[in-house]
Amino acid sequence: MFYLIQLLNAVQYGLLLFLLSSGLTLIFGILGVINLAHGSFYMIGAYLAYWLAKLTGNFWLAIPLAIAIAFAIGLVLEIALIRRLYRRDHLYQVLLTFGLILVFEELRSIFFGDEVHGVATPKLLDFSIPLTDTLSYPVYRLFVTVVCLAIAALLYWTIYKTRIGMMIRAGNSNREMAASLGINVPLLFTGVFAAGMALTALAGAIAAPISSVFPGMGNQILIICFVVVVIGGIGSINGALIASLAIGFADTLGKVIAAEYSAIAVYLVMALILLWRPQGIGNQA
Amino acid sequence: MTPISLPRPILLLAVVALALFPLAASTFYVQLGAKIMILAIFALSLDLLVGHSGMISFGHAAYFGVAAYALALISPKYEAANLWLTLPAAMGVSALAALIIGFFVVRTTGVYFIMVTLAFAQMLYAVFHDTKAGGGSDGIYIYVRPELALAGWKPLDLENPTQFYYLALIFLIVVYVFLNRVLQATFGRALAGIRLNEQRMRSIGFPVFAYKLGAFVLAGALAGLAGYLAACQFGFVNPDILAWQQSGIVLMMVILGGMGRLHGAVLGAFSYVVLQEALSAPPLVGAYAKHWQLALGGLIVLIVLSLPRGIGGLLDGTLRRKNRPGEIP
Repeated sequence: MFYLIQLLNAVQYGLLLFLLSSGLTLIFGILGVINLAHGSFYMIGAYLAYWLAKLTGNFWLAIPLAIAIAFAIGLVLEIALIRRLYRRDHLYQVLLTFGLILVFEELRSIFFGDEVHGVATPKLLDFSIPLTDTLSYPVYRLFVTVVCLAIAALLYWTIYKTRIGMMIRAGNSNREMAASLGINVPLLFTGVFAAGMALTALAGAIAAPISSVFPGMGNQILIICFVVVVIGGIGSINGALIASLAIGFADTLGKVIAAEYSAIAVYLVMALILLWRPQGIGNQA
Repeated sequence: MTPISLPRPILLLAVVALALFPLAASTFYVQLGAKIMILAIFALSLDLLVGHSGMISFGHAAYFGVAAYALALISPKYEAANLWLTLPAAMGVSALAALIIGFFVVRTTGVYFIMVTLAFAQMLYAVFHDTKAGGGSDGIYIYVRPELALAGWKPLDLENPTQFYYLALIFLIVVYVFLNRVLQATFGRALAGIRLNEQRMRSIGFPVFAYKLGAFVLAGALAGLAGYLAACQFGFVNPDILAWQQSGIVLMMVILGGMGRLHGAVLGAFSYVVLQEALSAPPLVGAYAKHWQLALGGLIVLIVLSLPRGIGGLLDGTLRRKNRPGEIP
């Protein structure tokens, strides 16, 4: 039973990572931008959920509002800044988005302070399924798992089955060609970036009742997402899924076996994959 | 081609000015000057990768921090360590870390390289933060600064801020001259070739992997020198010195000063520290001093958008105009 709980935790964490890293890898694959501020949107989502839930008293209202606000911030950011980075070296993309992280962290500190805040689990899901006499599993965690799965399915469907998805894939493989076929590429890119940020914020918002909201939460998850993307291969959604679950298991197992070294275990997995397949498991050599 | 260093007379002038500075400045500014020169060494070491070899490392603070920890861990608690033994040891540990990590990361390119260097640096951060090896998140104090004693002769006393300043100045000059020579030697030329076209260098028969790994290790060892000096100056190490924010900030110094130019790294370190002091000074910015990184982040964004070649890039134009009077500006 104890291992069933760990298994469920690993899957839940892995799927959350998948939600985040698929956004990161898609934005890199499609826009060609390495976005360090990805983690900041995770934080923004979580803090918006915390703030709006307190303001409206309703977690279910807070989530769509948080998504809408994050989408709007994403739009503004793409139009004002990110757009200017498409043709520039990765170095400048890294630096500019690093600057954005500092800005978002300080704004967080100004508006919400530096304390850890808990976010109440919504009443509807605030109970546990008893497994044995002493062990039980919180329903909210199952809810997060289901939401992540649903979004992953929606993402697949959008990218592979819809007209928009076709345009995204066209823009991904050849920007100029797509533009000459009449696709409004700048508008498409703006939309993709803002949607990616909204999804990331959603991940932060639904994770908030589990993880609480705390300073630096975005950076911590960003680096793990990088590990996932490196293992999975840039631009590969399938690779990201396998890598996310692998990291979910490595981290959860590590915490059970040797808590002090669990953070290190994740990086060792990455080192081994790099030796075996430097281009990631999802990409052909 | 961009000049990698300033003309010799200007450099000599700069060295004289730096040497005379402590005579005119208060202790606070002498310490600030030493801090700038240590960060300049750190930025120079990163520029060897970013500006001269085309390897954008986003985890360079790891090698800075490892050497600082090495000093803290091998220093005896109540007496001074010997600089002649501990400095090579600390730089050696950094070089070793760079060799092991470089073995994995140098085989990747582009955006992978950025993410993988960051991830490995974060692994070292986790080692020092999560385990008890280096005092955990509390860090370690270095109660007594290392001693520069050689068979009873003590040329400089590191407990004295002015003398420490001169030690940092000497190291900065040594590193600057050394890198200038290295970059003009075959090794540096080969790195420049690899930066421009790796495939071509490989097909001419250069062992590209070995050259890149060599540059990575050298940069790691020099970052270690800077980290060692920083630990000496502050007498304290904690995991934050190898956190990724530190890697981002040193990368910013390199860009701010103008990458690929030795004087650019020094200018970058200087500008960054001056900015930091100005932005976090309560008389200038009031209650926002605590949140100085807000302005720093905004400035980084502005610099990327408006000053792609850094401050050193502004100098290039004036230098070139001076060198070639017939040219139409």
